Amino acid sequence: MLKDQDRIFTNIYGWADPGLKAAKARGDWDGTAKLLKLGHDQIVERMKASGLRGRGGAGFPTGLKWSFMPKEVKDRPHYLVVNADESEPGTCKDRDIIRHEPHKLLEGCVVAGFAMRAHAAYIYIRGEFVNEARRLQAAIDEAYDAGLLGKNAAKSGWDFDIYLHRGAGAYICGEETALLESLEGKKGQPRLKPPFPAGVGLYGCPTTVNNVESIAVAPTILRRGASWFAGLGKENNTGTKLFCISGHVNKPCNVEEEMGIPLRELLEKHAGGVRGGWSNLLAVIPGGSSTPLMPIDVCNDITMDFDALRAAGTGLGTAGIIVMDKSTDIVKAIARLSYFYKHESCGQCTPCREGTGWMWRMMERLVRGEAESHEIDTLEQVTRQIEGHTICALGDAAAWPIQGLIKHFRPEIERRIAARHAVDAVAAAE
Amino acid sequence: MPKLTVNDIEVDVEDGSTVLHACEAAGVEIPRFCYHDRLSIAGNCRMCLVDMERAPKPIASCAMPAGDGMVIRTDTDRVKKAREGVMEFLLINHPLDCPICDQGGECDLQDQAMGYGLDGSRFSENKRAVDNKHMGPLISTVMTRCIHCTRCVRFATEVAGVPELGAIGRGETMEITTYLEKTLASELSANVIDLCPVGALTSRPYAFTARPWELNKTESIDVMDAVGSNIRVDARGAQVMRVLPRLNEDVNEEWISDKTRYAIDGLRRQRLDRPYARGRDGKLHPISWDEALKTVAGKLGKAKAKRVAAIAGDQCDAESMFALKSLMARLGSPNLDCRQDGAKIGGARSSYLFNSTIAGIDDVDALLIIGSNPRVEAAVLNARIRRNWLATQMPVGVIGENADLTYATQWLGDEASLLDDVLSGKHKFVAKLKKAKRPMIIIGMGALVRADGASVLGKARQIAETYGVVTDKWNGFNILHSAAARVAGLDMGFLPERGGMDVAAMAAAAKAGDLDVLWSLGADEIDYADFASSFVIYQGHHGDAGAHHADIVLPGAVYTEKDGIYLNTEGRVQYANRAAFPPGEAREDWAIIRAVSGAIGKSIGMDSLAEVRDALCEAVPHFAMPDQISAAKWAKFGGRAKLSSQPITSAIENFYMTCAISRASETMAECRRAQQADAAGAVAAE
Amino acid sequence: MSIDDRIAADQPKTFQFTAENEKEIKRIIAKYPKGRQASAVMPLLDLAQRQHDNWIPMAAIEAIANRLEMAEIRVLEVATFYTMFNLKPVGKYFLQACTTTPCWLRGSDEMMRCIKDRYHIASGQTSACGRFSLLEVECLGACVNAPILQVNDDFYEDLDYETTGALLDSLEADDPLPVGSVTGRSGSEASGGGTTLAAVKSGKSGKSASKKRGSAHA
Repeated sequence: MLKDQDRIFTNIYGWADPGLKAAKARGDWDGTAKLLKLGHDQIVERMKASGLRGRGGAGFPTGLKWSFMPKEVKDRPHYLVVNADESEPGTCKDRDIIRHEPHKLLEGCVVAGFAMRAHAAYIYIRGEFVNEARRLQAAIDEAYDAGLLGKNAAKSGWDFDIYLHRGAGAYICGEETALLESLEGKKGQPRLKPPFPAGVGLYGCPTTVNNVESIAVAPTILRRGASWFAGLGKENNTGTKLFCISGHVNKPCNVEEEMGIPLRELLEKHAGGVRGGWSNLLAVIPGGSSTPLMPIDVCNDITMDFDALRAAGTGLGTAGIIVMDKSTDIVKAIARLSYFYKHESCGQCTPCREGTGWMWRMMERLVRGEAESHEIDTLEQVTRQIEGHTICALGDAAAWPIQGLIKHFRPEIERRIAARHAVDAVAAAE
Repeated sequence: MPKLTVNDIEVDVEDGSTVLHACEAAGVEIPRFCYHDRLSIAGNCRMCLVDMERAPKPIASCAMPAGDGMVIRTDTDRVKKAREGVMEFLLINHPLDCPICDQGGECDLQDQAMGYGLDGSRFSENKRAVDNKHMGPLISTVMTRCIHCTRCVRFATEVAGVPELGAIGRGETMEITTYLEKTLASELSANVIDLCPVGALTSRPYAFTARPWELNKTESIDVMDAVGSNIRVDARGAQVMRVLPRLNEDVNEEWISDKTRYAIDGLRRQRLDRPYARGRDGKLHPISWDEALKTVAGKLGKAKAKRVAAIAGDQCDAESMFALKSLMARLGSPNLDCRQDGAKIGGARSSYLFNSTIAGIDDVDALLIIGSNPRVEAAVLNARIRRNWLATQMPVGVIGENADLTYATQWLGDEASLLDDVLSGKHKFVAKLKKAKRPMIIIGMGALVRADGASVLGKARQIAETYGVVTDKWNGFNILHSAAARVAGLDMGFLPERGGMDVAAMAAAAKAGDLDVLWSLGADEIDYADFASSFVIYQGHHGDAGAHHADIVLPGAVYTEKDGIYLNTEGRVQYANRAAFPPGEAREDWAIIRAVSGAIGKSIGMDSLAEVRDALCEAVPHFAMPDQISAAKWAKFGGRAKLSSQPITSAIENFYMTCAISRASETMAECRRAQQADAAGAVAAE
Repeated sequence: MSIDDRIAADQPKTFQFTAENEKEIKRIIAKYPKGRQASAVMPLLDLAQRQHDNWIPMAAIEAIANRLEMAEIRVLEVATFYTMFNLKPVGKYFLQACTTTPCWLRGSDEMMRCIKDRYHIASGQTSACGRFSLLEVECLGACVNAPILQVNDDFYEDLDYETTGALLDSLEADDPLPVGSVTGRSGSEASGGGTTLAAVKSGKSGKSASKKRGSAHA
């Protein structure tokens, strides 16, 4: 188990005050100016060396992403945009950072913004997080008052502003270019790529969009050293990570643990174990709703990191772990996710707009067994018709859970269809 | 210039091209719905997916910049599957109502479903139903058919410059609509019908009247304004069913105005389909052609040549004007004029042409508009100004009507004296003209029909010469005509001969009792009260102003009923073709004039249209060069008198009703009512 | 639901931001670069909604369009794209019940059943008394405290049938329960005090434990 002294988020549960004074006592804003003295490129290099991979779901190396920003500021300013539109079902870690550790995020903005030669950051927070936004705004105000933001931020010689922007209910705005569109005052419809945000982002300017957690861990990594972070976890899957454990565990919780921790250990140590014991486990969705589920036989030995989960045909995603015990109507659980994706499709491109609704309707029938068994293949084919054919990854995200379901629980679906047919046959005979 | 291969075919494409362009260059067809050459790239339909080497998934070819060394394949199994998949998605919620859909037979979805789709449907859920939207009198909507390509939204926002269409809601409940279902307030609105790849937006006036395969399609030229939009006239038998745009990059690209498209129901209404003569009871009575010719010959034979005059209207073909001019010459009358609005133009060609050409608008970096509202006078041309402005934010100054032109303008005011201020450098807009490399001036008829029109023209010329509007390499001095016949009339000299009278002088003479016969060739915009004492021969096609005051009516043909030559505002020679025959006893206009000349015994010769054209082209050689513009030499022109204090206005007040045809059109009347209702609604909401 | 169903049939003729909100608007617009005032469209819609009994009339759409120099249809697109903008009236207590899989696994059906038993309303409807509106919403992002009911701005967490009833009681009495977990968890720690950070916990300050009372939008 990760030692407390290696935990970055020491106030993740809000047991201490989130305010500036207490945050400083926890080590935030400690020598920020000194960190900036490393210089833009050295910060990026150290982030690369730490091995930090983006905590928003895709797992792209954070330092590398920062390095894509132009090395010189020309006619267009650079922007850092923080993605706090946390909406992936099963995921609720950024909320805790924002409400309990806001200064980690703010200091991270200064460090990351400086590294990418930006003088401003916009934090895009999902609209439903009203109280969280208030807390974060209070922290921003506090930081301005203390000279940590604004002109000569934290006496670093670098001017830096942070603006908070609230969303208004759209999962798709967690997609970075949809987020930028939304921030520009439009519908949150993802942009075509290329061009990528590092070239043409917010207001047409070079922009990097990072997840809250990726930014919030940066100051600690720089302070404690890239090698400290890289020494935790596994190769290519370094450091610590906030895991969100929801569903059928005895004690759902968020917890910061080492990357690569075995799933079973994570659940049993921190979440009180699976309801009814490990053998009562049916399946786990390991990384937020879009990652394909794993049945118990995969769960037994799996470790929680990008590469291991990828190898198992799923993904670490946001590390939002949704646990389902044997009482779960697994078809309904996935059908509910299908409804989610249908509801959240922006409607822009054909496969997603039309396909998510079709998949959901088929899934609803499969819940009740009102289908022909060949329709399982149809459904599987429809997921393939969406996957890889859309403007953004929402189409893929909608397709994968169903693919996972069919892959691992096809007999269950077929059983329902057969049962339904049997009932229908009796009814017809009467 | 990137070089790439498409299905093993090597192609070079221009910088800035997309993979889709490269595929086209390689002769490989790429299916698409949302992509359109003249609209921004949306990339939303996903029909154009192709394989790119090293890409993990297929790419949208419409949105991917062509890069050097790219290896593209469109013939792989993955591409085939992707297309089939997208096609299936498009069809699951699309109603299979092709038999009752007006788009049937010319539907992109139908065609591409044949080419790229599967033969059956696996969709067993209920189909989506979407409420239809009101979009005004021209656009019929069946929104259940919409495939959300957003072409219409992009057209309205980008080309038409009226950001009134949008897609509200999201996901599968996304719906295309105008704000609170207001009429789309654009003179170009109906182009969305052509752009709609399915039957969601179809033509309301044309609804359920014909199938495309029943129609005879004739390529022709529009006469509703002086742009000379290239059109296709679709007729069934004698009836023109619809007008569609034809591609001409230099003129109308692929747009036409709503009037060009929809005034055509006016072709059937209030038509003069036989000769008439005014009886002693003051009413018009039908007569035979023989009687008509005899009567006209009698009047013309008796009258002194100096007391005979001819005015050509705004939509005349060049051949009939030339025939009439020839007749007047044979009669010995110097009194002829093609400027029924009294515009003070003539003289050097460069003084009355859109010298830069319409395509020249694309190169302009500052514009001064004088006495014109191009949005209503030449809607398609205005869209080109807007496009330039969108790309460059070029400064546009306006002297005259302060109208919403769909781009930002700086209104200098409407006092004629502003021209002096600009010329003297006193006005600060001058700085923008000076800074520009290719400045342009557009002068509308509003500035030239004034009594001091010649002086306005002269001032404009001086401004042009002072601020680099006219240089060795560039001529941005532009007259924007509103009459389709005008430039041809001016070029052939349908103008007072030495000692002859212009329209104003004719009217004055008539009032003094000194004009015996007026031949009005489709002139419906003059004040006939002035000609009460004259014998008025009205040759035309509609029972409009001219016919109402005529003593004798000679029924002619409208533009769709005759072959004819028209010169647009640039001086571009364009040949229109007959799509249908004139109704009843109406005849082609040159032939009527030829017949009259014979009846008087002063034949103008020219026994066929070909002979008229030969004679015309001999007299004015550039008429023989279709689709060409003969450049005009710069000259000193225009008056020098002091300008009057009268404000400068623009020539057209009501876009929808500008000629006998559009005034006869119920569709145009309905558009006008909708426009007025929306304006009233807006006032009420204030 | 078609778009028309989402927009109130009865619309006030006019809408005007309060003087206080006008100041707020200036502050909001100042967050964005010059000429990028359209960025303020969502904050302004939110402001209008808060000013106008938790729903946005068309007159406000037009006022915002005018204010931000945007086409009206562009503002309406935004207002209909994001689910938090109400285009028709809702009750004083707007109950937004998360029923996405993590909440559903933890018993969101029970939470919904409690609301329906009491007010006989389905998602999208308002109670007969007019004070409670129910909307089923998608993942609220507090999954380890599922199920969640958002009442206006506030999250109530770890609910079941009984505690939902107690919460509704408190709302009916206009004395809402403290915001957050109804089972006494201070945050997202495992119930019973969590498994990590014991040292921090022992030094736990009193301040963070004090909880904000729930608020009505009015």
